[in-house]
Amino acid sequence: MNLGLLAAVLTCLAGAVLLSGPVGAAPPEKETKVAKTVLTEQRRGRGAYLARLANCMGCHTAQGGHSYAGGRRLSTPFGTFITPNITPHEATGIGYWSEEDFWKAVHEGKSRDGRPLYPAFPYTEYTKITREDSDAIFAHLQTVEPVAQHNPPSQINFPYNFQPLLSVWRAIYFKPGVYQPEPGKSAEWNRGAYLVQGLGHCNACHSERNPLGAAGGETLGGGQIMGSNWYAPSLTSSLEAGSTGWPLEEIIQLLTTGVSARATMSGPMAEVVSQSLQHLSKEDARAMAIYLKSLPESIPRPSTAAPALNEEVRNGLLQGSKIYKKHCEDCHGASGQGAPGIYPPLAGNRAVIMDPPVNTIRSVLNGGYPPSTTGNPRPFGMPPFAQVLRDGEIALVLSYIRNAWGNRASLVTAAQVDKSREGIH
Amino acid sequence: MMAAVIAIAGPAYAGGVNRALAPVDVPDTMAERMKPCVACHGREDRMGRDAYYPRIAGKPEGYLFNQLRNFRDGHRYYRPMALLLANVTDRYLLEMAAYFAALEQPYPPPERVVSTLAEIKLAEKLINHGDTARKIPACIECHGKELMGTAPFVPGLLGLPRVYMSAQFGAWRNGGLMRGQTPDCMSEIAKLLTPEETNAVVAWLAAQPVRGKMDPADRLSIEMTKRCSSIIEQARLRP
Ligand code: HEC
Ligand code: HEC
Ligand code: HEC
Ligand code: HEC
Ligand code: HEC
Repeated sequence: MNLGLLAAVLTCLAGAVLLSGPVGAAPPEKETKVAKTVLTEQRRGRGAYLARLANCMGCHTAQGGHSYAGGRRLSTPFGTFITPNITPHEATGIGYWSEEDFWKAVHEGKSRDGRPLYPAFPYTEYTKITREDSDAIFAHLQTVEPVAQHNPPSQINFPYNFQPLLSVWRAIYFKPGVYQPEPGKSAEWNRGAYLVQGLGHCNACHSERNPLGAAGGETLGGGQIMGSNWYAPSLTSSLEAGSTGWPLEEIIQLLTTGVSARATMSGPMAEVVSQSLQHLSKEDARAMAIYLKSLPESIPRPSTAAPALNEEVRNGLLQGSKIYKKHCEDCHGASGQGAPGIYPPLAGNRAVIMDPPVNTIRSVLNGGYPPSTTGNPRPFGMPPFAQVLRDGEIALVLSYIRNAWGNRASLVTAAQVDKSREGIH
Repeated sequence: MMAAVIAIAGPAYAGGVNRALAPVDVPDTMAERMKPCVACHGREDRMGRDAYYPRIAGKPEGYLFNQLRNFRDGHRYYRPMALLLANVTDRYLLEMAAYFAALEQPYPPPERVVSTLAEIKLAEKLINHGDTARKIPACIECHGKELMGTAPFVPGLLGLPRVYMSAQFGAWRNGGLMRGQTPDCMSEIAKLLTPEETNAVVAWLAAQPVRGKMDPADRLSIEMTKRCSSIIEQARLRP
């Protein structure tokens, strides 16, 4: 979206919206006092599980830092967000917070003092979380080790640091509301929908960003991740990461172990698997898979066409095939068949022929191990090639694997490779 | 042999792949799993296109484990390794460390270095006796009486190229991004040495042939153990 236009629209709207009161919140339910300790313990245990599924720790822990003490930097086009400390430390964390304050943050995206929060905290999805689950997560957070840690303030660029703008944005794009089960669907399906749309906040990455970076666009329709050269593919397209045609077991396996015969989770998705999805209970993993499998196929997005195979293109592909033979064939096989579950097959692999090709470029530049998970504790890895091959060579070998063994996709250019070298993460 | 890493066997097809094709034969070994590492870490130290790649074979297990975790968690900085290890658990890192610690590879011959007699004397004094007045212990107190390291956290100092050692001292002294952001017994010592002392010691070490064995863990005195407690503490496994 055009930013100038956005700014103009927002300035016009500002007056009107600022006058209208806060966006409607669900009335807080009354808590019934029950015989405590056992219930409290159970609730905390459940809260710990739910916090994992929501991956609260992932964002609220700096690399190598104390759990939940914040300080992780999230780079976006709007500036760098530095996550707050949410341990129960009184002076620097959320030790003074009540269940009610916490609910306001998760459900309405407001801090304890009423300040509207930025959607870099995905409350736009967490708003679907039930009050009961929010309270359980809060109960759990109250038991983690309090850490005295002041984090520097986020560095948000002008004009996004202008709070009224945020209020306007919220009025336009944010509707608080707990997930409402669909009556015609099974309990399992509804559980899956609740996990995907709410706790799992899959949409926060798997859709186009709108201004200020909350999920907009088509739900789960795929989108570039802000501030990085990763593309989170559409979960509603069989050309990208849709799973309509997959057996349920394979979807479950991919979600919980990070690998399956025809797909591998990498980069930010590998982190989601290792921090969050591998801990799904059997029932919840199944429910999530049932929901994902049921997502209706979206209209394919326009993509860059595969090249006509003229003399020049053939020549390039031939050069690419030589690089492949030398550097890749050992693992991925002479026919791109790989060793499913160990070395991903490249022939017929959606991730390889995806448009845009950013993820494949990153795979080859940086290499990587799939996440080590309980189901796949000692994964095999891929070496980085950023230090070995030049941009032009990487473009040639990628163009080749995108057009060999029955694969057809657009060619990759050296300029595209160069652009990915700088990506964060 | 095919490695059985997948608990639930996946269907043996992948999109449009010809089903008749046999998958690539993958040995179920640690060597196979460590292929991404040996792309850079070979038998010898070498200058890569972007950085200097040290050899890692035969270094003590606890030391290697600490370094791997430091790279992953951003306490020692080298982006390609941080990305590679991003989603690897402590347990797997430990297994990687054990694998490389046990890997026996011949050491490179000593470097030809020209040092003055005064430099040699200065180096030998620091290495064997330290400087008590400035609270600098002898290098051998920690790095082993034959300078081949002390299990499991202190690496050996022989067989390391001069450029690599100089770069490490530089990083410790500057407390830079590369190494030494968090102070420990080694960075404290590195900060106490003058550039002349560092140069003399590094030159002397690089010129020695590799000989002898690593000292066992119980050779480290109580005092030195205490001094290095942050490093030992760090090596505890986290889930
Ligand atoms: C994608 C990263 C991300 C995830 C995941 C995330 N948060 Fe946050 N959170 C943030 C950021 C960024 C902020 C600060 C927003 C701001 O200052 O406007 C924040 C703010 C908060 C606040 C407000 C703190 C304050 O002092 O005002 C709370 C409470 C909070 N998060 C709790 C949670 C919980 C609970 C979860 C899991 C259910 C969670 N967060 C998951 C990024 C995240
Ligand atoms: C932090 C951002 C992020 C979040 C949150 C996220 N994803 Fe992803 N996801 C990605 C990226 C980036 C990729 C592409 C990389 C890859 O293919 O592994 C991806 C890929 C996938 C794939 C395709 C894997 C393949 O190779 O075919 C599936 C399926 C998927 N995600 C499901 C989910 C589900 C379900 C959730 C919510 C529980 C979720 N993702 C949450 C970023 C995210
Ligand atoms: C040592 C074995 C090995 C070599 C050599 C190797 N790869 Fe890989 N490759 C892997 C593994 C393992 C993965 C999964 C990595 C991950 O999930 O991060 C992978 C992933 C990929 C992917 C992403 C596939 C997906 O489903 O997301 C692409 C593309 C790829 N490799 C291309 C190449 C190319 C091109 C070369 C040569 C320049 C190459 N590989 C060399 C082992 C290897
Ligand atoms: C792209 C090249 C590259 C790859 C691939 C790579 N490394 Fe490294 N590694 C380096 C460089 C460069 C350094 C030195 C960085 C410095 O000086 O701080 C290093 C340092 C190390 C060290 C510390 C050595 C010491 O004596 O302090 C260990 C241990 C290590 N790497 C292990 C591994 C393992 C295990 C893998 C595979 C999982 C791996 N590396 C993959 C380039 C690489
Ligand atoms: C108090 C114990 C102690 C003393 C004394 C000591 N070191 Fe160290 N040294 C260590 C430890 C522990 C490490 C490993 C640091 C780490 O884990 O990052 C180390 C690492 C090193 C390394 C890096 C090796 C590599 O493979 O990267 C060099 C070089 C080194 N020391 C040189 C010296 C020299 C020269 C002296 C004498 C002037 C000395 N050390 C004295 C404890 C000591």
